[in-house]
Amino acid sequence: MLAFIVRRLIYTLIVIILVTLIAFCLLYVLPGDPATAMLGDDATPEQVERIRKQLWLDRPLIIQYGHWMDNLLHGDLGMSITYSENATGPILRALPITAYLAVIAMCISSITGVSIGIISAVKRATFLDNILVIFANLGYATPIFWLGLMGIYVFAYHLGWFPVQGFTWPTDDLGKSISQTIMPVICLAVPSIAILARQTRSSMLEVIRQDYIRTARAKGLRERAVILKHALKNALIPVVTLLGILVRILIGGSVLVETVFNIPGLGRLLITSAIYGDFIVVQGGVLIISFITCFANLLVDISYGWLDPRIRFE
Amino acid sequence: MSVARDSLISPGKATPRISEFRRVYRVMFSRWVVIAGLVIILLCIIAAAFAPWLAPYDPIEPDMQNPLQAPSGQHLLGTDALGRDTLSRLLYGTRISLLVGVVAISIAGSIGMIAGLLAGYFGGWINAVIMRVTDAFMSLPPIVLMLAISAALGGGLQSVLISVGVVLAPTYCRLMCAQILTLRESDYVTAARVVGASNLRIMARHLFINAFPPLLVLLSINLGTAIMFEATLSFLGLGINPPTPAWGYMVNAGYRYLLVNPMLTFAPGLAIMLLVLSFNMVGDGLRDALDPRLRGTI
Repeated sequence: MLAFIVRRLIYTLIVIILVTLIAFCLLYVLPGDPATAMLGDDATPEQVERIRKQLWLDRPLIIQYGHWMDNLLHGDLGMSITYSENATGPILRALPITAYLAVIAMCISSITGVSIGIISAVKRATFLDNILVIFANLGYATPIFWLGLMGIYVFAYHLGWFPVQGFTWPTDDLGKSISQTIMPVICLAVPSIAILARQTRSSMLEVIRQDYIRTARAKGLRERAVILKHALKNALIPVVTLLGILVRILIGGSVLVETVFNIPGLGRLLITSAIYGDFIVVQGGVLIISFITCFANLLVDISYGWLDPRIRFE
Repeated sequence: MSVARDSLISPGKATPRISEFRRVYRVMFSRWVVIAGLVIILLCIIAAAFAPWLAPYDPIEPDMQNPLQAPSGQHLLGTDALGRDTLSRLLYGTRISLLVGVVAISIAGSIGMIAGLLAGYFGGWINAVIMRVTDAFMSLPPIVLMLAISAALGGGLQSVLISVGVVLAPTYCRLMCAQILTLRESDYVTAARVVGASNLRIMARHLFINAFPPLLVLLSINLGTAIMFEATLSFLGLGINPPTPAWGYMVNAGYRYLLVNPMLTFAPGLAIMLLVLSFNMVGDGLRDALDPRLRGTI
């Protein structure tokens, strides 16, 4: 197991280094000189010169990358243009909000998605199953920005149940926080619920056909015990690998949900920075997000190896 | 003797190849959702091809006399802030959606499949490098990666195509590589090598063809994904530039008038959902039809 963990760690490190290369290249995809591209056409020569100095644009690329990595390891992502401070500032202020929403959405979608999957598999080919499958497919195909806007139209404008937009921490005002969080979290969770339900359903159907389930039924266990104790445990193993993907989906979804509901999280920070050409913040955001997903994948891999010992020896 | 041989080799009149095709065909069309999906896709293709004849109004020319009209006999889905007919813009919007879907998938498919083919066939360090780069790309949420690439390239159709293509490519690479790894040890590959076939010939004529069916399923499901990604980018303002009608951008432009004319937001979003859903349904149907494990069960 230890050798397996060490192998996964080294592998994660390699992926992270490659991600830093991708993020570094991002600035050089910009048309023209990165400094002028970032500052826009109305920048003074002094400003351009300052950025060129800051990014070491007058040195060879590999030296620039080394310098940039050195700064990165010291927690310095570079000066943001729109915030006139280091990009770490706005990113670290926005990150907890996104994490808060994503964690709630993750809990909701795990519980709902897995339950829907179980019900759907147990009641296979019934009316209920068909309805659930249709909803799972719909959840996967619905643009969540549109879902959010429709939610605002119906529940905020017409029914007046929730405020239209904004974000409040529960420690500041619990009631307001809850009412502001419900719609964004549901929108964020919908695609994950759909994916989890589909995966749970198909792996549950696979497991239900196995011999040990027939044995469990044959020895007279109640159906409830067969499904929840014997089948579910094994059916959930492939579902665990999905959690890594879910982290990506939730962070990706936060870009849209935070834009629609006007929440000052990492997603909205990324999109506003991208639109205003603040590529240092975009670069930093991309890095932070990939660190989080790589770490999540590492955890998933390790827990997968723990749940299914065959994986360790691959 | 001859009777026994006949009964062994040909139980029916159809040759195995045709019956396989028939089986796939039958399974595909046995479910109404798949047929419904195909019908919607077909309608969208017709709308895209004949938009100038089908659309009652010009999709781009503003008509300042009739801004933000509610749905009526003259404008079935109402008009936007510039008085443009929503139905006409929706019909023209199918063009962008289908174009981006097909082109982005082609880009993603060709990059990904070639990389996966090389990685799987040659193995060793080539495999290691290609797969780690794939992992690095896949460690980022697609939306974030697309947004970064699209912003860096400056938006517009070209950058949408590139960013959606790049974001989708890694899946093809992985699937292709996994396919090739199982196929390259098959007897027919060894046989081809023994008779002196070149690497290129083995890869193109033997491996690629046999690895293709699962990739076809991915291509069809990803058509929907690519359309969704384009809509997402356009919604965020990093996609297709106005005034070209694109569904995602229409949702974006519409939601400022959510209270005045909700149809502006509702209609294009519903269109995105239906088209994406259709491609997913057809992809699912195709997967079930091509999956050998399900052979005979459906």
